[in-house]
Amino acid sequence: MSDLVSMTLAEARDAVRAKKISSRELTGAFVAAIEQARPLNAYITETADRALAMADAADKRIAAGTPGALEGLPLAIKDLFCTKGVRTTAASRILGDFVPPYESTVTQNLWDAGAVMLGKTNLDEFAMGSSNETSAFGPVLNPWRAQDSNQNLVPGGSSGGSSAAVAADLCLAATGTDTGGSIRQPAAVTGRVGLKPTYGRCSRFGIVAFASSLDQAGPMTKTVRDAAILLTSMASVDPKDSTSVDLAVPDYEKLLDGGIKGLRVGIPKEYRVEGAAAETDALWSKGADWLKAQGAEIVEVSLPHTKYALPTYYIVAPAEASSNLARYDGVRFGHRAKDVRDIIDLYEKSRGEGFGAEVQRRILIGTYVLSAGYYDAYYARAQKLRTLIKRDFDQAYEKCDVLLTPATPSPAFAVGAKTTDPLEMYLQDVFTVTVNLAGLPGITVPAGLTANGLPLGLQLIGKAFDEGVLLRAALALETAADFKHSPAKWWTA
Amino acid sequence: MTSPAKIKTIKGETGDWEIVIGMEVHAQVTSNAKLFSGASTEFGAEPNSQVSFIDAGFPGMLPVINEKCVEQAVRTGLGLKARINLRSIFDRKNYFFPDLPQGYQISQYKDPIVGEGEVTIDLKDGESIKVGIERLHLEQDAGKSLHDQSPDSSFVDLNRSGVALMEIVSKPHMRTSEEAAAFLKKLRAIVRYLGTCDGNMDEGSMRADVNVSVCRVGGYEEFRRTGSFKTLGTRCEIKNVNSMRFVQMAIEHEARRQIEVIEGGGAIVQETRRYDSKANETRSMRAKEDAHDYRYFPDPDLLPLELEQAWVDAIAATLPELPDEKKARFMAQGLSAYDASVLVAERELADFYEDLARGVDAKAAANWLNNEILGRLNRDGLSITQVPVNAAANNAIIQMVSDKTISGKIAKDLLDIVWTEGGDPRQVVEARGLRQVTDTGAIDAAIEAVIAANPDKVEEVKAKPKLAAWFVGQVMKQTGGKANPAAVNAALKTRLNLPDEG
Repeated sequence: MSDLVSMTLAEARDAVRAKKISSRELTGAFVAAIEQARPLNAYITETADRALAMADAADKRIAAGTPGALEGLPLAIKDLFCTKGVRTTAASRILGDFVPPYESTVTQNLWDAGAVMLGKTNLDEFAMGSSNETSAFGPVLNPWRAQDSNQNLVPGGSSGGSSAAVAADLCLAATGTDTGGSIRQPAAVTGRVGLKPTYGRCSRFGIVAFASSLDQAGPMTKTVRDAAILLTSMASVDPKDSTSVDLAVPDYEKLLDGGIKGLRVGIPKEYRVEGAAAETDALWSKGADWLKAQGAEIVEVSLPHTKYALPTYYIVAPAEASSNLARYDGVRFGHRAKDVRDIIDLYEKSRGEGFGAEVQRRILIGTYVLSAGYYDAYYARAQKLRTLIKRDFDQAYEKCDVLLTPATPSPAFAVGAKTTDPLEMYLQDVFTVTVNLAGLPGITVPAGLTANGLPLGLQLIGKAFDEGVLLRAALALETAADFKHSPAKWWTA
Repeated sequence: MTSPAKIKTIKGETGDWEIVIGMEVHAQVTSNAKLFSGASTEFGAEPNSQVSFIDAGFPGMLPVINEKCVEQAVRTGLGLKARINLRSIFDRKNYFFPDLPQGYQISQYKDPIVGEGEVTIDLKDGESIKVGIERLHLEQDAGKSLHDQSPDSSFVDLNRSGVALMEIVSKPHMRTSEEAAAFLKKLRAIVRYLGTCDGNMDEGSMRADVNVSVCRVGGYEEFRRTGSFKTLGTRCEIKNVNSMRFVQMAIEHEARRQIEVIEGGGAIVQETRRYDSKANETRSMRAKEDAHDYRYFPDPDLLPLELEQAWVDAIAATLPELPDEKKARFMAQGLSAYDASVLVAERELADFYEDLARGVDAKAAANWLNNEILGRLNRDGLSITQVPVNAAANNAIIQMVSDKTISGKIAKDLLDIVWTEGGDPRQVVEARGLRQVTDTGAIDAAIEAVIAANPDKVEEVKAKPKLAAWFVGQVMKQTGGKANPAAVNAALKTRLNLPDEG
């Protein structure tokens, strides 16, 4: 059984298509693994019956000789994607037992390709967090533990349920969403691959919105090849999303070949930040050497406005969130407070009871920065900085094709370690937010272990809609790093 | 050019005052689907039957601009002779209200789709003045709260939620309640000509917010000269006035109220007021919760709206003839400014007139329409589109008058007949023997008969030529009204030796 669940997406695809295993067998193995892994709290909603029914339908299509690109492959879906007929929570109490009567475009694309849904994974409430500790459904535990330690670590966030599920073999691959690092950071601290595509590559239709100008769906996988396969099916041009870009989706797996000879890899000097672990810096240098050894040219570049990225992000994202979350008012769906005096009381109580502390904090920040008298000082300036940050990248890309940076300032930390200090938590995104602000694609690849056995990742940032080159560089990094580690399955004991 | 007409003032206790009026008109865009969703916009459907998940603000739903609505806004802008902004931006106007499902209204704040333009309004005395248009922008309508369905709950109908509105903002260029009504009327005519809004105020397709302020005589001229609002008074906005008559009454009342407040030593507070048509007064509206700070910011779900000049030009090429141009053409055909402006006020009326006037004298057609057709329609409570006798049939009647087949008197009787009984006017004339007598023999015989019966009058008319009219009447009576009055006149003059000017 464990052989089945530890397969990569590519391996499973080939095995299912060659009829070496059935989707039913594969799906059954994951259903069993998920049951055993409940202590990790990776899934909010398990959909075993639906998964097995989807697997049977997939097996029929395979028998009929009409398999889709992901036929019969069991996936985990971040519970931010609306799934028709299956409760969607955004890990918030405010949505109550909301069951969407519609399907998000990304998940519809996956089902159209024949994929099987195992369930909906846990996340930070409304994707706001870097440790999956703001979830109304409790924290997710990282499958990894430090050597000789029983301490529970966070799986990163906000896509912490998805990262844990991929790392613990509770799915072949998962979907995530990334607003400031929510795919890449959790993938990095769980030793797996996380890809945030270019803004506009995957449709946002049907994804519960956090910050509309930053949100982007992407794959969380065991390998770079798997990310290429999954992105090919997730991405589409969607007339239902005005910000979806009208550009044909290539077969990213085919673009993996060819190596990186002559590729110019930029090293942004501003990414050497205070407070980052020495191991992080060392790994970064090692990564550059690996790429150089495969024929890449390493160039030093400057992204001078990097230091403004976090403050800019923490103005833009909460501003948009404060508006996006106004629809959760207790009037039409989701949680409604009882025994209210009037409509204002209904709003205040429903939202007060429904939203957790971090979400409320961000709504307050966002409301503040958009308020008359503060708009110009905060929101308007943040927009200007965003333009400058984008320009930094444009200028850097005159000298290079991709950028190599650390993925996170530190490896996974202990549950509860940063919950009392929001600012320290926000620093988790220091290497990833710039990519969202500039709308660029970024990928994190596991590259090594810390001295005490925790995974560390490296990030590659590409040009807009240049995921092909980005993935090829990531494959080169993955090959050189040869990261074969998996966490011990302590939770089955 | 501004009007050279004398300024209309209001007498107060302490001197004369002037009113200054600006308007914000919400016009529902004529389109089958809403501004950002595919849901229908039909009026009067079952509550919540025309609501998409986008209109209801469901999680993960995204707006997608309806190109038809953009086209309609551009068409309207062109009709207002306004600048079309090739790049405009949709913003979110944030506030909480039960009938606002997203918690924000998508509107255009800093960068509207249409910039400055102007509307020429026609006043009763035939005078025209120009009212500046500040801007036109596109926005979503909200839903409707229903408070009368249950004693302890309110209900929400989202059918209107997301319907496209054009907010058309005038400059404060109106000075009297009549001008304000004339502006609204003209705007309504323009959008109806363009087919961009049905202008139906009863159904709420067109609603006006009226900004009223008062100032001392001369303050307005100073404002027009300098562009500075300093010489104008503080304005109050009267929200959602939904008829031309109420617009006038609300302005009259509000101006009086403001003058009384100021003359009583008070100050006008800038506020939003509601007009109560039953009490004929305006009342301060309780401010919407947090209404002061809408936290506008560009909607990140929508890209800036970029138009191509060629696309705008293509729309411009399909604009119909608008009221002002039509009026000028009608006047060139010989109509008075007044007649022409009455006819062009409604596109249907103008169209009817054009069919009616085909091949006949323009003035005769206009008179026939104004005096005969509109009079009967008014009497029967019908509109021009419900007229029982079509333009072609009326045109035949006018032709029969002009070629002297029938007299003007018979023409009116004939219209009454076909109005109630139907039928082809020419056939009715033949069937009932209504043809005018132009046979001079028959007329001469009738004249001789009248002269023979009234020798005293024959003597009298020599002294009093005006008495000729009496003879005409008698001869007409003799011929059963069918005699051609001109022929009778001519024959009488000769027979009675009357001077020409008689």
